[in-house]
Amino acid sequence: MAVSVDEAVSTGPVRDHTPSARRFGGRGRFVLEVALLTVLAVVMLFPVLWMIETSIKENRDVYAIPAKFFDFKVTMDHFKDVFVASGGGRSTLSVSFLNSVVVAGVSTALATVLGVPAAWAYSRFAVKAKKDQLFFILSTRFMPPVVVVIPIFLMYRQVGLIDTQLGLILIYTAFNVPFTIWMMKGFVDEVPAEYEDAAMLDGYTRLQAFWRFTLPLLLPGIAATAVFALIFSWNEFVFATFLTSSDNVRTAPPAIAGLIGGTTVDWGLVAAASVVFALPVLVFAYLVRKHLVAGVTLGAVRR
Amino acid sequence: MGTVAVHGLCKSFGKVQALDGVTLDVPDGSFFVVLGPSGAGKTTTLRAIAGLEKLDAGSVHLDGRDATGDAPAARDLAMVFQNYALYPRHTAYENIASPLRARRCSSSEIAAAVEQMSSLLHIERLLQRRPAQLSGGEMQRVALARALVRRPRAFLMDEPLTNLDLKLRVEMRTELTRIHRSLGATFVYVTNDQVEALSMADQVAVLKEGKVQQVGTPTEVYERPANQWVAGFVGSPPISLLACHAEGDRLVGAEGWTLPRPSWTTAEDGRTLLLGLRAEDLSVEQRGDASLSGKLYGLEPLGDRTVVDVRVGTEIVKVKARPTVTGTPGERLHVTVDLDRAHLFDAGTGLSLSEAGQ
Repeated sequence: MAVSVDEAVSTGPVRDHTPSARRFGGRGRFVLEVALLTVLAVVMLFPVLWMIETSIKENRDVYAIPAKFFDFKVTMDHFKDVFVASGGGRSTLSVSFLNSVVVAGVSTALATVLGVPAAWAYSRFAVKAKKDQLFFILSTRFMPPVVVVIPIFLMYRQVGLIDTQLGLILIYTAFNVPFTIWMMKGFVDEVPAEYEDAAMLDGYTRLQAFWRFTLPLLLPGIAATAVFALIFSWNEFVFATFLTSSDNVRTAPPAIAGLIGGTTVDWGLVAAASVVFALPVLVFAYLVRKHLVAGVTLGAVRR
Repeated sequence: MGTVAVHGLCKSFGKVQALDGVTLDVPDGSFFVVLGPSGAGKTTTLRAIAGLEKLDAGSVHLDGRDATGDAPAARDLAMVFQNYALYPRHTAYENIASPLRARRCSSSEIAAAVEQMSSLLHIERLLQRRPAQLSGGEMQRVALARALVRRPRAFLMDEPLTNLDLKLRVEMRTELTRIHRSLGATFVYVTNDQVEALSMADQVAVLKEGKVQQVGTPTEVYERPANQWVAGFVGSPPISLLACHAEGDRLVGAEGWTLPRPSWTTAEDGRTLLLGLRAEDLSVEQRGDASLSGKLYGLEPLGDRTVVDVRVGTEIVKVKARPTVTGTPGERLHVTVDLDRAHLFDAGTGLSLSEAGQ
């Protein structure tokens, strides 16, 4: 058993706080920590739990008062409705999920292809006013999307990008490139430049040296950065709402939001669509969790 | 062929002037050591030769041809980096093979060359390991093998032995000299270790604050240092420098001592000078005509010899003596000076006033 400092140094008569100090120093403290964490977990996870429950309840159980927590009949009808239209064929929601996959995937790929070489250049070369440039790149992210969405809307209307997937892909790429540059620069800084120097003396060109020797070492960082970019594009709501309107272009977030607001709301369908929407992000984050932590603690922090 | 010549190299990093007009001429097949303290610009000089550093001014000539703007790959040089820079995800074999792969050699050629190198450097059983699984000495050998696996114009080595323990360093020193002899190739070797410089070099260039102080054979640099700074930097224990001036046929010390004026100096009377005395040119055991009197300050037993610190006035003079020498601090001593081997420097400019050093 560990002896607390209080116990070790107290020589006089037992003071009032000593028993409580002993209790909180050992098992008591552990119990309290677990209890607080449990409360926090319940508060955080209850909405998620409720969403999952609602997605597998029949409609009359959804509206039941008092709410049924456990004794309801499980149904997968809502999930079927997410993908299959009532008259057969693909549902509009399933189309919007496909749109989300395309928009998020392409914009993330573009941001990575543009951002990684830029990060490498900022890390390796003496660029004029490097710090100012990097600050300027970051500053494009200071503006909240709601502020820029109106000018973007007007510009897009002029060039015919309104209500197109390309329009969304471009704006998401524009938002993800600065993030990719900043996060990747941290990762590139961690890789010693000597590998490239050695490769160039071996007889490779600078680009070959980067491609063959530095890039493989950056892959974990690229994975972490790409997942962050993917999550941003996947979850993005404001631009998607303002810049798209037709069902065959619209991404999932505005499509799901669109389910709410009629005379009756099919909460079961909303919940099922939300579960389907949240799942890919959770799976991705789980797959690259090691790199995500590395990305947060090592890549993004400048030393 | 493998001559390397650099002329008037200048390079600054922000406000720091790393190279300030460095000019060197490395003859074909020589073991050329660039010696200097850290921050002297040694590594920058080497990187400039390799083409890894963009220069503010100056030119690099390889085999007499201007290569200043050439890409590193086009210069046909091989380099050993101070921290080895082995590719972490490649095995030792792949690391050594890399320069040959870059030149699209066939895999049978590569296998033969790697095998030859690994037996030369005794690393056959390490070939399938990655750098993380190698010790410092092993990494150093692999890095050497990667450089030696082809026959470039010249080999550039950036303090390759500094990260090794003392025993291995002494071993590798002999090994490198042997390799240099057997290849007959040009080596440009950067170090801050004067023992490496003196023991391995054909030619030494001493660098300080981006300026070349002296170029010469190890003996020249040691025996005839061009200035006070080189004299102080090269040699262990360091040379003792005593302020004095010439007065007729005597040298009069600022601390009041007098010595006969060496016949070889032409310094005019009254000029402030520094008398440089190397520890091995002094003796506390023999008596001679020219001697300084002082008090024993301390003894540094070093096994094969003992360095006796003698206090002359307020200055300490280091004297090399037999390991059996004894004495108590404060004891009066006479230090016999071999004036033929002493050095004189101008106290103002620091330049040598000995005939050969000029």
